[in-house]
Amino acid sequence: MKTASFCAGLLALAGIALVSPVAAQTKTTADGIAEYRAMLADGNPADLFEARGQELWKTKRGPKNADMSQCDLGKGPGVVKGTFVELPRWFADTQKVQDLESRLLTCMTTLQGIEAKAVTEERFGRGEQRNMEGLVAWISAESRGMKMNLPQSHAQEKLSYEIGKRAFFFRGGTHDFSCAACHSVEGQRIRLQDLPNLTKNPGDGVGFAAWPAYRVSSGELWSMQRRLNDCFRQQRFPYPGYASDVTIALGTYMGVNAKGAASIAPSIKR
Amino acid sequence: MADPMRIRAQVAGDKATVRVLMSHEMETGLRRDGAGAVIPAWFIQEVSAAHNGKSVFNAQWGPSVAKNPFMQFNVKGAKAGDKITVVWKDNKGDSRTDEATVS
Amino acid sequence: MKTSHITLSGIAVAASVLVAGCATTPSSAELDALATQTIMTSFRDQGIAKVDRLKQDLGQSACSSDKPPSDAVAQRIMEEAKASIKWPADGQYFGDFAAGERLAQNGRGSTWTDAPGSPNGGNCYNCHQISKAEVSYGNIGPSLYQYGKNRGISDVAAATALPIIQYTWTKLYNSKAYAACSNMPRFGHVGLLDEKQMRDLMSLLLDPRSPVNQ
Repeated sequence: MKTASFCAGLLALAGIALVSPVAAQTKTTADGIAEYRAMLADGNPADLFEARGQELWKTKRGPKNADMSQCDLGKGPGVVKGTFVELPRWFADTQKVQDLESRLLTCMTTLQGIEAKAVTEERFGRGEQRNMEGLVAWISAESRGMKMNLPQSHAQEKLSYEIGKRAFFFRGGTHDFSCAACHSVEGQRIRLQDLPNLTKNPGDGVGFAAWPAYRVSSGELWSMQRRLNDCFRQQRFPYPGYASDVTIALGTYMGVNAKGAASIAPSIKR
Repeated sequence: MADPMRIRAQVAGDKATVRVLMSHEMETGLRRDGAGAVIPAWFIQEVSAAHNGKSVFNAQWGPSVAKNPFMQFNVKGAKAGDKITVVWKDNKGDSRTDEATVS
Repeated sequence: MKTSHITLSGIAVAASVLVAGCATTPSSAELDALATQTIMTSFRDQGIAKVDRLKQDLGQSACSSDKPPSDAVAQRIMEEAKASIKWPADGQYFGDFAAGERLAQNGRGSTWTDAPGSPNGGNCYNCHQISKAEVSYGNIGPSLYQYGKNRGISDVAAATALPIIQYTWTKLYNSKAYAACSNMPRFGHVGLLDEKQMRDLMSLLLDPRSPVNQ
């Protein structure tokens, strides 16, 4: 027995929210979009990436045939819960401030023997990057609801913040954009996309506390590194190195500013 | 073998609400790649669910269902401990069966 | 990646020297230098986006802080921008407002995924309300709806319209002529839009028949 109504049901669900009468007031449109997002949030496909990440953490792989149980994300080897909301932070073994992906890169290379290039030079959504996306989805999920609380006790952590702040305000590229051009004022938006003010705590589940996220329009899980990468692309900047110092410093700046904001990562985005 | 489905089934009064998230590309067959070649259609054609082995519904899907589809339905009379089985089959002949226990 | 590795140890060494050498935190100037070094070594060329895009001119460097530049520096930026204006050939300021609307809707160009030589869009709706019909507009810049009408432009050929025409052309060509740290790209000065494209935008904004002025 055909159940064509199911298909129609799914389409209708999306249709109702999108084709609602659009008044000239953008608040109505914004409300409609917010409703649509809330509907999508139950059944967030990021869940599928979380499942992969959870598996990968326990899987022995790489030339050293090891799993990630000895990976230290800042709270001791193998501890995952609570680490997401305290990154980036300084690590004694590498003597540097690292964000989640930079730290996972350290673990994958030193513990599992995987070649760094296999991650840093891979396209987002493919190969080892796909594995990284699973890992960041699961690791961030393990801190869901917890408040951003990056440490600023080590001198290098403070330095990272100051560098991040300067990078945030750096005007460049053909269009004279900086992160601040879009993200330093309340109530700004590009087209109908709201822009959080990242020079302060923008609120629970917003900005730094919302990524990684599942991007419905591309059907992929976007890690924070990918989110920053695409920001720089649209700023008409050259290409930021994967897990490069400027990306880590920006994470420190945004994360420290977001202190107290509850994380909803991995969330769902347009 | 495709990635497993995520199935949650919870009792709500005299029924159970089942939520299923499927991992599938759901390619319509209408898109073209960078070189202009058509990306072949690849989508789930049939979905079925069973409660303790007894079929409770059957659906025939087409290419308009989105990537990584999410589905929610209610099963009358389902109780905690009952088994919900979901099966999908796609146009390439691939299939996936996953099971969850009603909580 | 080799470059990152040198960067990381370089920064770590520089940082530890700074930290070990002083009992107090590094000075603002030292932090500025470290930040610049970090930025310069973290990016690479990709597609048409090359690292030379990070070389800042005064208009960029003086506006790269949460604090505005001094009045003297701001003045200099505005004067240099004013001096950079190239007026259109044959004194022809106007073109086709329908083409201008399409250009305003187009946000493409100049990124590393854009093909070399492909034309740029104006990006205008990203930041501005322009015509009444388009509800998907940003608010980073002021509304341009009824731009010409609000300025009393009923005939673009009238002598009285010339100051507004020249102001608008200047703003499109190099917005820093009027605001040292303007968020608006310098479309003419950097070569993002050519004269024909700018003329189309002028018509979109100022032609009394344009949808903007209905």
